[in-house]
Amino acid sequence: MFRSHLLWLIVGWIAWTIAPWYGFASSRQPILGGWPASGLLAGLDDAPWLLPLGLFLALPVPFVATRSRLVGPALVVAGAGGLGWMMLQGVAIIHKGWAWPFLADLFGPIAAGQPGMGFGAMATALAFLFFLTMGLAARGAMKGDRFTTGAIGLLVASISLFVFWPVSTVFSQAMLPDADMSGPAALIHRLTAKDIWSLGCVTGTTRCGVVWNSVVLGTLCGVITTVLGLAFALVATRTTFPYQRLLRLLSVLPIITPPFVIGLAVILLFGRNGTVTLFLAENFGLTATRWIYGLPGILLTQTLAFTPIAFLVLIGVVQGIAPSMEEAAQTLRAGRWQTFRRVTWPLMRPGLANAFLVGFIESLADFGNPLVMGGGYEVLSTKIFYAVVGAQNDPGRAAALGIVLLALCIGAFLVQRRWVGTGSYTTVGGKGFAGTPAELPRWLKNAVYATALPWAAFTFLLYGLILYGGFVENWGRNNTFTLRHYVTAFGLDWNQYGLLWTGRAWNSLFTTLEVSAVSAPLTAAMGLITAYLLVRQRFTGQATFEFMTMLSFAIPGTVIGVAYILAFNQPPVELTGTAAILVVCFVFRNMPVAIRAGVAAMSQLDKNLDECALTLGANSAQTIRRVIMPLLRPAIVAALVYSFVRAITSVSAVIFLVSARHDMATSYIVGRVEIGDFGLAIAYSSVLVVLMGLAIIFIQWIVGERRIARPTPHAPAARPQEVAA
Amino acid sequence: MTRTDQKIGGVEFRSVSRRYGKVTAVDAISFKVEPGTLVTLLGPSGCGKTTTLRMIAGLEAASEGQILIGGRDVTLLPATDRDVTMVFQSYALFPHMNVLDNVAFGLEVSGVPKVQREEQAMAGLAMVGLAGFETRLPSELSGGQQQRVAVARALVLEPEVLLFDEPLSNLDAKLRRKMRDDIRELQSKLGLTSVYVTHDQEEALAVSDRIIVMNRAVIAQEGTPADLYRRPVSRFVADFMGISNLLDGTVTRRAEGRVTAHFGEAVLDLPETAITRADEITVAIRPQAIRLATEPGPDRLPVTVRKATYLGSHLEYVLDSSAGELFVVDPTSETPVPPGSSAWATFRHEGVALVPRDGQVA
Repeated sequence: MFRSHLLWLIVGWIAWTIAPWYGFASSRQPILGGWPASGLLAGLDDAPWLLPLGLFLALPVPFVATRSRLVGPALVVAGAGGLGWMMLQGVAIIHKGWAWPFLADLFGPIAAGQPGMGFGAMATALAFLFFLTMGLAARGAMKGDRFTTGAIGLLVASISLFVFWPVSTVFSQAMLPDADMSGPAALIHRLTAKDIWSLGCVTGTTRCGVVWNSVVLGTLCGVITTVLGLAFALVATRTTFPYQRLLRLLSVLPIITPPFVIGLAVILLFGRNGTVTLFLAENFGLTATRWIYGLPGILLTQTLAFTPIAFLVLIGVVQGIAPSMEEAAQTLRAGRWQTFRRVTWPLMRPGLANAFLVGFIESLADFGNPLVMGGGYEVLSTKIFYAVVGAQNDPGRAAALGIVLLALCIGAFLVQRRWVGTGSYTTVGGKGFAGTPAELPRWLKNAVYATALPWAAFTFLLYGLILYGGFVENWGRNNTFTLRHYVTAFGLDWNQYGLLWTGRAWNSLFTTLEVSAVSAPLTAAMGLITAYLLVRQRFTGQATFEFMTMLSFAIPGTVIGVAYILAFNQPPVELTGTAAILVVCFVFRNMPVAIRAGVAAMSQLDKNLDECALTLGANSAQTIRRVIMPLLRPAIVAALVYSFVRAITSVSAVIFLVSARHDMATSYIVGRVEIGDFGLAIAYSSVLVVLMGLAIIFIQWIVGERRIARPTPHAPAARPQEVAA
Repeated sequence: MTRTDQKIGGVEFRSVSRRYGKVTAVDAISFKVEPGTLVTLLGPSGCGKTTTLRMIAGLEAASEGQILIGGRDVTLLPATDRDVTMVFQSYALFPHMNVLDNVAFGLEVSGVPKVQREEQAMAGLAMVGLAGFETRLPSELSGGQQQRVAVARALVLEPEVLLFDEPLSNLDAKLRRKMRDDIRELQSKLGLTSVYVTHDQEEALAVSDRIIVMNRAVIAQEGTPADLYRRPVSRFVADFMGISNLLDGTVTRRAEGRVTAHFGEAVLDLPETAITRADEITVAIRPQAIRLATEPGPDRLPVTVRKATYLGSHLEYVLDSSAGELFVVDPTSETPVPPGSSAWATFRHEGVALVPRDGQVA
C-alpha cells in the first residue's frame, strides 16, 4: 500500500461526506446545525444522484487495505467511474432541474436542481482523478511513477476544463436556436453575417466586413513590425552602435506596459488636443481633426507595442546565424553585400516569416489598442466586446465572431508552427567560438539606423509622455502641474478610525495585485511541471499534449473572455463574479510562456541528473524540489515575472470577467479612458509600470541566483557532459 | 523503501524486450547476474546495452518480460522504489550541492537523520579516498574526483545492485586504468552485485567476472572473459573482442576431437569445438598469435610484408596473403622485417578459433 493511495482515499471520503458540496452561491439551505450540505447529506436529502459516488469511493478500499495485486484495476475503475458519473450528473442537472427536457421524460421529474460545484465536489473530483492516475501507475504506466501520471492527469483535466470546455461552449452558443431558426441554420446565419464578410468598401460605398478590417490591420502590423524588428535586431548585433543596452530596455518595455497605455500617449500627441495637433493648428492653420482614431491610430499603437516582440524573435534569428558561415562566404571572395544577399538573408527568411506571423496574431488578438484608438474602425476583438457588453447583448453573435477570430488566430498559429518546425535553418551549436559576425554593408547599415533609431526615440518619447502626462491638469488645454490625478486615484486619509484608502483606484489596484500574486506562482508551477513532462518524460499522445498546452496561447483574450462567461455562468462550474475566475483565466492564458521558459531551461539540464536522483531513491516530487528546481531558478524567475506582469497588464479577457467586487486595474483604466478622463488613466498607468518594475526586482531577489560554481577564477570548468549512449 | 539486512542481490532477466514504436532496442533477452559478481554488458553503441542497464535501474520500462532483483519481481516498480543505484557516464553530480550533500542525498531522501547520514557519507568519501573534499562543489573537482564522488554516492546507499554506465569514458587513458582497478577492488571487497556497461573490450576483460556481449538488441555471447577471448562463438564476437584477423576457410576433416582447417595455403590441425558444424567457416586469429618465419611449412601461410611499424614495446605488421590481409602484433622481436619482403606466417594454435561464417547458423 502506498501512502498516496491512502491519502487520496481519505481526501475523497472527507470531501464527499463532510465538505460543503456546492459552491459559494449555493441556494441550498444548510442541513445539519448550519453546516452546509455535503455530497452525502445532499444525496440523502433531495439530490439522490450524488449517492452512487459513495460506491466508487468504496470500491478501491478493500483492495488498498489488503494490498491486493488488483489494486491498480480497482483504482482505475473507481476513478474513471467516479469522474464520469460526476461529469454526467453535473451537466445533466442544473439550477432549474434537468438540463434537457427529454431526461425528465426518461427518469421522471426531480425535486430540485443543483447549483455549481463547491469545494467538496472539487476535492472529490480530484480524488477520483488521482484514483485513476494512481491506478494507471500501478498498472505500469509511466514506469509506475505516480507523480508523473498524476501530473499528466491533473494537467489534462484542468486544460480540458478551463480551455476546451469554455471554447466548446462558444461553439454551442453560436448554434443556439434564434427565433425561428434551428441551431445549425442560426450558426450559418451568424457566421456568414454581412457585417463580418462584406466587401462593400471595395465594390461600393458601404463598409467592409469586420474580418477584412482585422486582416488588413494584422497584415500591415505584421509587415511593419517585422521590418522594424529586423532593423533593431541588425543594429543590436551587426553594428557597433554604442547604446545597445538601451535597445534591450526597449524590448522589455511592452511587457510591463498595459496594452492601451501607448494608445494614451499617442492620443496625447495626435489626438484633438494633442501636442502635435495643436502645434500644427496654431502654426499652419491645419484643422484639428480626429484622424488618428481609426486604422492609422490602431496601426501606430500596435506597431509601437509589438515591434519589440518582433525584435526579440529576430534577434534570436540573427544571432543564430553562425558567423562562421559568413566568414566562409567572405573567404570565397563574396563581398559584404553578396554575403548578406546570398548567405545571411536566406538564412533569416524563415525567421522573418515567423516574426510576421507573430505580429499578425498579436494584432488580431489585441483588444486594448483598438478599443482606445478604434473610433469607427471595428475589428473582431472589439466587435465581440460590444456584442456582449453593449446594448446588443447577443451572446450568439459574440460567439460566432469569436469562432471567426479563433479560426484566424489558430490558422496563423498552425502555419507558424509548421514553418518554424521545418523551414528554420538557425542552429545554435555548443561550440565556443564561432567567429565574429560580419558587419553590414555601409548603405544597409545607414538604412537600418535611419529606420530603427527615430523609432526608438519616438518610443522613449511616448513613455516619457506617459510618466509626465499624469502630472498635468488637462493635457492640451491646461498644461499646469498638478497632483490632482494622483490624489484622486491614490489618496490616503487619517481619521479617528485610522488609515483611510480614499483614492478611487485602491480597490482595483489591490484586487489586481492580489489576483496577480495568486496566479503568478500557480502559472509558474503548472508551466514548469508541464515543461518537465514535455522534456523529461515520454508518453503516448505527448505531441497532442504539447499542442493542447500551447493552444491556449493562440486563443485571443476576447474569445477566452466570452468563452469563460458563457461556460462558467452556470453549473456544474459556476465562477463568474468571483476572483477565482480571474485567477484561472490568467493561469491558463499565461501558462504557455512559463512552459516555454521551462522547456528551454530544462533542455539544458543533463537528464542524468534527475535519473540519478531517482536511482538514489528520491521520488519524482523530491527530484523536482531538490534537484531540478534549484537549477531552474532563472526559468522560475522568468515564469513568475511574466505571469505576474501579464496578469497586471492584461485587459482583453479580463474586461469580460471583472465584477463590481473584483475590478481590475486595466479595466478600471479603460473605463476612465472611455469617459475621457485621461489624466487619471495616465497617472494610474504610470503607477502600474513603476510597480511592475519593482515587482520584477522583488521576484528576482526572492528566488535568488542558482549557485553551481563559486566565482573563483581558477575553478575548473568541468561541467558534466551530455551523454550520447 | 524496504531494506533487507542481507544483500542477497542478484539480477535476472526473463525474455525482456524494450520497444520504441517499431524499433526494438532490446529483444527478448534473458540472463542472470549471480549475487556478489560483476557482470559487464559489452557491445557497440546502439546494441541495447545501456537500455538493458536502465531497465535494471527502472529508468526504462520493459515492454515485455520479467525483471527480478534479489528474486523479487520488480518489472513494474519505478526507479525510486528499487534498491539499485547507478554511476552515470556523465557522473550526474548535482552541481548546486557540495560533495557531502551529493553523497548524502540518497540517505536524505530516504529519511536518514542528519547526523547519521553525514557520518555515512563521510565514510563513503573516505572509502573512495576523498576525505577532506566535503565542502567542495562538483565544479571544483577534477574529472577523476567527480567520478569518485559519483561512486561514493552510489555506494553509501548499500544497494542490492550497483550499476555502472560507461563510468570511465570521460577520463583520460591513464586515469581510466587506475579507476577501473579501484572500482573492481571496491566491488569485490564489499561483495556488491554489479552490472557494468562499456564498449571497451579491454575494460570489460579487466573488471568482469562474466561478460555479456550484445549485438543488435540480442545477446551475442555470454561467458567469462577467458571464454569470450578464447572461444568466440561468432565472427561478431571475435571481431569485437579484438581478434581482428578474420579469414575465410574450410574444414576438410573431423576426427577424434580434432579438425583440419584450410585457409589460403595453410592447413591447421585444431581441437574440435562445438561452435561450428559447417565446413565453410571463418578462421579468427589474434594478432598476437602470428609470427613471421623465413622457412615455409604446411601450417604456414606465404605472405608479403606490406607495412611494418616500430612502436617501442612491440612491432606491428600488415601482411598480404592469398587468404586476405593479416594484422600482426609482435612483442618478441626488435628488428622489423622490411616492407616488400616475402615471409611465412606461423600461427599459435591457442590464438586461433573457428567461428561460423556470417549468415550461417552454428
